[in-house]
Amino acid sequence: MIPTFIGVSIVAFSFIRLLPGDPIMLLAGERGMSEERYQQLQALYGFDQPLFVQYFNYMTDLLQGDFGTSIVTKRPVLQEFLTLFPATIELSLCAIIVAIAVGVPLGVIAAVRRGSWLDQTVMGAALVGYSMPIFWWGLLLIIFFSGILGWTPVSGRISLLYFFPPVTGFMLIDSLLSGQAGAFKSALSHLILPTIVLATIPLAVIARQTRSAMLEVLGEDYVRTARSKGLPPRRVIGLHALRNALIPVVTTIGLQVGVLLAGAILTETIFSWPGIGKWMVDSVFKRDYAVVQGGLLLIAAIIMIVNLIVDVLYGLINPRIRH
Amino acid sequence: MTSTNTKDPNAAVGLEGGTVIAVTRRARLAEFWYYFSQNRGAVIGLYVFLAIVAIALLAPLIAPHSPSLQNRGFFLLPPVWQEGGNWSFLLGTDAVGRDVLSRLIYGARFSLFIGVVVVSVAVSVGILVGLIAGYFRGAVDTVIMRVMDIILAFPSLLLALVLVAILGPGLVNAMIAIALVQQPHYVRLTRAAVMSEKGRDYVTAARVAGAGNIRLMFKTILPNCTAPLIVQAALSFSTAILDAAALGFLGMGAQPPTPEWGTMLAEAREFILRAWWVVTFPGLAILITVLAINLMGDGLRDALDPKLKRS
Repeated sequence: MIPTFIGVSIVAFSFIRLLPGDPIMLLAGERGMSEERYQQLQALYGFDQPLFVQYFNYMTDLLQGDFGTSIVTKRPVLQEFLTLFPATIELSLCAIIVAIAVGVPLGVIAAVRRGSWLDQTVMGAALVGYSMPIFWWGLLLIIFFSGILGWTPVSGRISLLYFFPPVTGFMLIDSLLSGQAGAFKSALSHLILPTIVLATIPLAVIARQTRSAMLEVLGEDYVRTARSKGLPPRRVIGLHALRNALIPVVTTIGLQVGVLLAGAILTETIFSWPGIGKWMVDSVFKRDYAVVQGGLLLIAAIIMIVNLIVDVLYGLINPRIRH
Repeated sequence: MTSTNTKDPNAAVGLEGGTVIAVTRRARLAEFWYYFSQNRGAVIGLYVFLAIVAIALLAPLIAPHSPSLQNRGFFLLPPVWQEGGNWSFLLGTDAVGRDVLSRLIYGARFSLFIGVVVVSVAVSVGILVGLIAGYFRGAVDTVIMRVMDIILAFPSLLLALVLVAILGPGLVNAMIAIALVQQPHYVRLTRAAVMSEKGRDYVTAARVAGAGNIRLMFKTILPNCTAPLIVQAALSFSTAILDAAALGFLGMGAQPPTPEWGTMLAEAREFILRAWWVVTFPGLAILITVLAINLMGDGLRDALDPKLKRS
């Protein structure tokens, strides 16, 4: 994991130097500066030093928690990231919960009723979900639920009528803590459509994976034994089969973290959700390359940490590889 | 792969001449088609895909208008079945009066082109790198796999977005970025397949017979590793189309006025609450294309992967 992280840091380090144009101009965001100012900035950013010294300084800064400073807002990148990250976590957590809560039962039903119209419908829907361009799906939901029915707001995290200082950064919890009537409802109604959009692909993947894992497990001897003991089908499926079928599903869920963060880029852009996905896209467009550089590294680090956690969890739930 | 499998097709040439190959090929194809056609969805997907290919090839003949012609006086015209629709613009017009249907028809060219180019680049480079990693192992392998791990540590769309920011927005750069992001999947698959094939007897036999590294890699081992690669190619064809459309939607892919479906969606975004058709149809086109390819991909997997056969 550490070599990979060093590799990732080299990618982020090289990024700013690979961009067309002068990195000093890019980082300072200034045009037509004087020669004197240019020299001053060059010394400030260390571009007058050899590359390996630059990289060493860059890593030293990173390890001290300095991920650079935004050109646009002049605030530290890490601070901006930490302010916006809870919004992305809130959205991603809701999405993955929905995806698991709906995807696993659908996959189980499809496997148990294999070949029936129910199975075909569920798997057909899952394939459509899997093939969905989610940016379009989001726009469709906005047209229908916000435009035609007027049920949900078009964008943002909460109505402008409510204001309270962030405590946890999670709007659902903060709105409850604020004690303002209607604030929670407003936060929830803002969250529904982005959650559906972001959950679509993971849900489809989880349903497909659960079905194939269940089909495999249902043919095992211990399931037949459980059945022949006369256990009720619900117990056989819920206890004997599902528990074993879930092992590969957990891996799939872990792999969805990258998918979720990629999906968050699109979902947050569509719904103007103030999270790190929108932050990255905006930064690319504003040419705020210090933010892109820092954000790239932070996001990759998160994905790597989550993958590690999934590996550990996998060991915990699968007794066969537990030592 | 199949029951009529001859591990090294060249052996047959030496023995009985070209006809044997022709027969086994046809038998293999027949068996493949048998399993593929068992999957009704896959066959439907294949037909839809062929229809899209035909539309793309015949675009200038079947499109009722030029995709870039701006018809004055016909701005945001609804589809024909809605009030105010016009029979010469079946799916309506966009904000500058261009025919939506014609743009969609031309857009099919871009999406298929993106898919073909991305998959060809990703497959050829990925196979080459994967073969080298799996065949030579050692330090080369470690370095290659480490680089692939680094690519995989980023969300693919984010990495593609940043790469396009470096290279400059545009269709070609978007395709390069997506091909690079898809690389690790092919490298990993090829490497795994090569490693499992490398120790087999037929490889040792070929080596004893005096085959060099290049011949062993490309002629002996590679043909026996193709099944998972074909399945992956089908799946990444659809991912390529989706990612390119997403980049277009974010304004980093094909640039307006190119009638690329994702770019069309980006242009239509501000009209979503006024003109549903300019948003709905391009996305539907993406969905149908991707769905057809994924249906085919499932069928290919069933037909080519013996482990999953009839599961």
